[in-house]
Amino acid sequence: MADFFFTNPLGIGLLIVGQIMLLVVPLLLALAFLMYADRKIWAAVQLRRGPNVVGVFGLLQSFADFLKYIVKEVVFPAGADKAVFLLAPMVTLVMALVAWAVIPFNDGWVLSDINVAILYVFAVSSLEVYGVIMGGWASNSKYPFLGSLRSAAQMISYEVSIGLIIIGIIISTGSLNFGDIVDAQRGDWGIFNWYWIPHFPMLFLFFISSLAETNRPPFDLPEAEAELVAGYQVEYSSTPFLLFMIGELVAVVLMCALVVLMFFGGWLSPVPFLPDGIFWMILKMLLVFFMFAMVKAITPRYRYDQLMRVGWKVFLPLSLGWVVFVSFAAKFDWFWGGFARWTTGG
Amino acid sequence: MIAFAFYLFAVSAITGGLFTVISRQPVHSVLWLILAFLSSAGLFVLLGAEFVAMLLVIVYVGAVMVLFVFVVMMLDVDFAALKAEMARYMPLALLIGLILLMQFVMVFGVWESNAAAESLRAQVMPEDRHNIEALGLILYDHYFLLFQLAGLILLVAMIGAIVLTLRHRSDVRRQDVLAQMWRDPAKAMELKDVKPGQGL
Repeated sequence: MADFFFTNPLGIGLLIVGQIMLLVVPLLLALAFLMYADRKIWAAVQLRRGPNVVGVFGLLQSFADFLKYIVKEVVFPAGADKAVFLLAPMVTLVMALVAWAVIPFNDGWVLSDINVAILYVFAVSSLEVYGVIMGGWASNSKYPFLGSLRSAAQMISYEVSIGLIIIGIIISTGSLNFGDIVDAQRGDWGIFNWYWIPHFPMLFLFFISSLAETNRPPFDLPEAEAELVAGYQVEYSSTPFLLFMIGELVAVVLMCALVVLMFFGGWLSPVPFLPDGIFWMILKMLLVFFMFAMVKAITPRYRYDQLMRVGWKVFLPLSLGWVVFVSFAAKFDWFWGGFARWTTGG
Repeated sequence: MIAFAFYLFAVSAITGGLFTVISRQPVHSVLWLILAFLSSAGLFVLLGAEFVAMLLVIVYVGAVMVLFVFVVMMLDVDFAALKAEMARYMPLALLIGLILLMQFVMVFGVWESNAAAESLRAQVMPEDRHNIEALGLILYDHYFLLFQLAGLILLVAMIGAIVLTLRHRSDVRRQDVLAQMWRDPAKAMELKDVKPGQGL
C-alpha cells in the first residue's frame, strides 16, 4: 500500500494533493478566525463591541459572512471584460495561496523544500498586484481604474525595499532556503540570537513595507473609501469579492510568516530550556498579526504623495545602504560575527 | 512526469506567444505575454535553473510587465487602424519570416557539435555547488569588471531617462515635506485626556 503512494504516478499525485489539502484547509479555517480577531481588535481600539451576534462571542461571524457572500448574485458591470473580470479575484487568491508551498512551520515541515524559497515567495508576492490591476481595468469604471493604477505604483515601489531587506538577510545567512535562514538564528541565547537584533532597523522597514505591499491601512490607498469609494473592489459582489478579501488576508498572514521566519527565528524557542516547535511559529505569527491589526486600528491613512515619497526617498536609500553595511559587516566579521552566521556556525 | 510538465509548459508558452500577437485587445496581449513568461520560467525550473526562473518572474513579470500593463491601460490608441496599417506590410513580413525560418532549418539541419564540447555541456556545474553559488562565482569573481561596467551602462541610461523627462514647472504648487514635518505639534493639534472605556 505504501508503495502505491511513492511509485505509482497516480499515487504520487494523490499524495501531493493530500499534502496541499493538509496545508490549505487549516490555513483557510484559521483565516476565518483571524478575520474575526482582526475585526474584534479593531472594534476594541475604537471602543465598539465588534461582531458579537453569530455564535458564542460572535465566533462564527466569518462563516456567516462566507455563506452570505456565496449565495448572492454575481453582478457584471455593463461593458466589463467578463473573462478578465472573473480572472482577477482568482489570480489574487491563487497567488496568495501558492506562496505557502515553501513556508516551513517546523524543522522540515514544508510542502516543497527548494533552494530559492525566499526568492519564490518574493516572486509570487510580486505577482499579486495583477489581481488588483486586472480587476480595476476589467470593471470598466473610473474608481476601480484609479484604484488599480495606485495599487500598481504602490506595490512596485515597496517591493523594491522588501527585496533589498531580503538580500540583507540572505547575505547574513548565506542561503536562500527558509530552513537555513531559521537554523542560522539558532544559538545559545535563544531570543538574542535571532536576526531582529543585528537587522533591527530593517525589521521596522520590512513591517511597514509589507503593510504597503498588502494594501493594509495606513497604506490602503487602492481602496481608500473616502476618495475612491472602494477602489478596485467597487464593481465586485458575491463570491469574486469574497475571493479578493480572502486573497488579501492570506497575503497578510503570509507576510506575518515572513517576518517571523526572517527576524524572529521561526519555530525556535525564545528561551534555551524550552523545546522548539510549531507552536512557537504559530504563536509568533499571531503576535505579528496582532501588530498588523493594531496598525489598522490606530493609524490614519497616508496621503498618496507621502506614500510615494516614503517608498522611494526614505525606504529605498535606507535599505540599499543597509545592504552595503551588511555586506561589509559580514565580510570583515564585525560585531563578533553577528552578521555572518555561516562563519560562526550558529 | 517531467515530460508531461515540459509539454504543458511548452504548449502554454507557445499559446501565450501566439495570442500575444493576434489578440485584439492590447491589455489581453500583455496578459498573454505574462502567461508566456511564466511558462518559460517553468521550463527553466525543469532545466534545473531555478534561480534564473525566479529572476525571470521577479524582473519580467513582477516589474516590467506591470509597467507595460500600466502604459497600455492608459493609452487611447485606435489599435484597429494600427492593425489595418500593419496588414499592408504583411506580405513583406511573411517573406522575411519565411527566410528566417529557412535559415534556422538549414543551420540546425547540418549542425554538428564537437563531442568534447557536448560532454562539457552536460556537466556545467561542479557537483558540490548549486546554481546560485555557481552564478555568483562567475558574475562576481570571473567577470567582475564586465558586471560593474554593465551596471554603469544601466546607470547612465537611467540618468539619461531622468534628465530627458524631468521638468521643473514653476506654476505648480508643490508639497513642502520638510515644512510639513517640522510643524509644531502644539499649533497643529489639541491633546485630550480620554478616560479608558468612556470616549469623548
